[in-house]
Amino acid sequence: MASDPLAIPRLTGQTIRWEKRQRRSDLSIKGKAYIAGAYEHPTRKAPDKSIAQLHAEVAKGALEDAGLTKADVDGYFCAGDAPGGAMAMVDYLGLKVKHFDSTDTGGCSYLVHLGHAAEAIAAGKCSVALITLAGKPLTAAPPPRATGAEHDFEVAYNATTHNIYGMCAMRHMHDFGTTSEQLAWIKVAASHHAQYNPHAMLKDVVTVEDVLNSPMISDPLHRMDCCVVTDGGGALVVTTPEIAKSLKRPLVRLIGQGEAIKGPRGGEALDLTYSAGVWSGPVAFAEAGVTVKDIKYASIYDSFTITVLMQLEDLGFCKKGEGGKFVADGNLISGVGKLPFNTDGGGLCSNHPVNRGGMTKIIEAVRQLRGEAHPKVQVPNCDIALAHGTGGLLGVRHAASTVIMERV
Amino acid sequence: MSDKPKLPSPQGNPESKPFWDAATQGKFLFKRCNACKEPHYFPRALCPFCFSDQTVWEESKGEGKIYSYSLMRKSAAGPYAIGYVTLDEGPSLLTNFVDCDLQTLKIGQRVKVVWKPTDGAPLPFFTPI
Repeated sequence: MASDPLAIPRLTGQTIRWEKRQRRSDLSIKGKAYIAGAYEHPTRKAPDKSIAQLHAEVAKGALEDAGLTKADVDGYFCAGDAPGGAMAMVDYLGLKVKHFDSTDTGGCSYLVHLGHAAEAIAAGKCSVALITLAGKPLTAAPPPRATGAEHDFEVAYNATTHNIYGMCAMRHMHDFGTTSEQLAWIKVAASHHAQYNPHAMLKDVVTVEDVLNSPMISDPLHRMDCCVVTDGGGALVVTTPEIAKSLKRPLVRLIGQGEAIKGPRGGEALDLTYSAGVWSGPVAFAEAGVTVKDIKYASIYDSFTITVLMQLEDLGFCKKGEGGKFVADGNLISGVGKLPFNTDGGGLCSNHPVNRGGMTKIIEAVRQLRGEAHPKVQVPNCDIALAHGTGGLLGVRHAASTVIMERV
Repeated sequence: MSDKPKLPSPQGNPESKPFWDAATQGKFLFKRCNACKEPHYFPRALCPFCFSDQTVWEESKGEGKIYSYSLMRKSAAGPYAIGYVTLDEGPSLLTNFVDCDLQTLKIGQRVKVVWKPTDGAPLPFFTPI
């Protein structure tokens, strides 16, 4: 059986240090940064636009949503999808910033950026931070994933997202008896939400049988266990409490964020059934001072169905190994189950721009907190929401970031 | 099978050179730390557990069992199976399973190393025993 990741002595020390830090409220980001603007590009296929242009369009959309202008921006955050990185993008967009961060941890980069933007705002390094994501994987393949010291020892084995996440699912099934039917319920729930999203790539409601009957891609994952591939993007504007309160949008503030990285660690005690979320989650919850019971809505990274299942366990929504039971029978469907998730249809049905789903996870959580989700999926009295994602390859080297937000 | 693209040659570096030199002689090496006694793979100069620089090369028998796997049904080079093997000496490593019926792989199955040629040093793959 899988080992308890938090019981590994080497990591317990780290956890204790985090907990001590959380007792220092002056060192917390809780309540010190607000998400004033959020914008998801409506496109899912953009052959006639450039990648930089898409970044500019989502930046403009998020600033207009906030009621701010480009001239107000004094902090900029982008990841590996931004052509030329922060220097090229700041110049292209015509920004003048005094703080920037181009941390790239794959699809969860934007959840990390949100935390880092809040830190910068809390420290007075900037007051209006812009975070952008955009790209066109349908038009041209994104540049290959950068490799590290492991290159010679791993590159020949052709790790793709499908087969690496497949290995996680295979081991999860072996250790805990998780079934393909249970995984399928995650796609079914996403499709129930996507039917109300006019921009969703896949709007049809599907059944467990549909998922099981879709072609096997990489055992045990079927085609419908996999997310969509889309062009597009999204952006966020993060600002100080004072500026946010001067604007006309509903107030959404960040109350906790955690981030972590997990890899095979020299091949010692390999356990593919948990992710770095077991470390990012407790940090975010401790900082926010809330528990899973307080979360009314959760955006959970859904590159594959197994990604959702493992992260729900890692964040403590259910016990490790009980994710299959937790997601079955519509428990993730808004208005039906106990934990409404990905009410825009998520990456499984709506949008997964540039194969990086972290941005859209935050945006739908903001919509829920503002009460601006589609009425058919809006969670009543949604006052606290979570957005969580992983980046990189879950079964190899990956990062995770957990963000907890509150409607004020 | 003959239309499979060539395997990439290991580029090597001063830290990994002994591994690839041994590989050309069919020896499969991993590293062990003389300070904390923990084995690790892929090999580092400094121990990833205790950061001691007292790491030494050790030869693996090249046998272990499948920790997990996934059969990729389609690719430019045809179906292939990726997986992790846990060596009898301890460390787990990423690999592909070859020279077998890919449909019959199982978690826990015993496997052994087989070397596949490149234009440089050969690469370790695994096959059921």
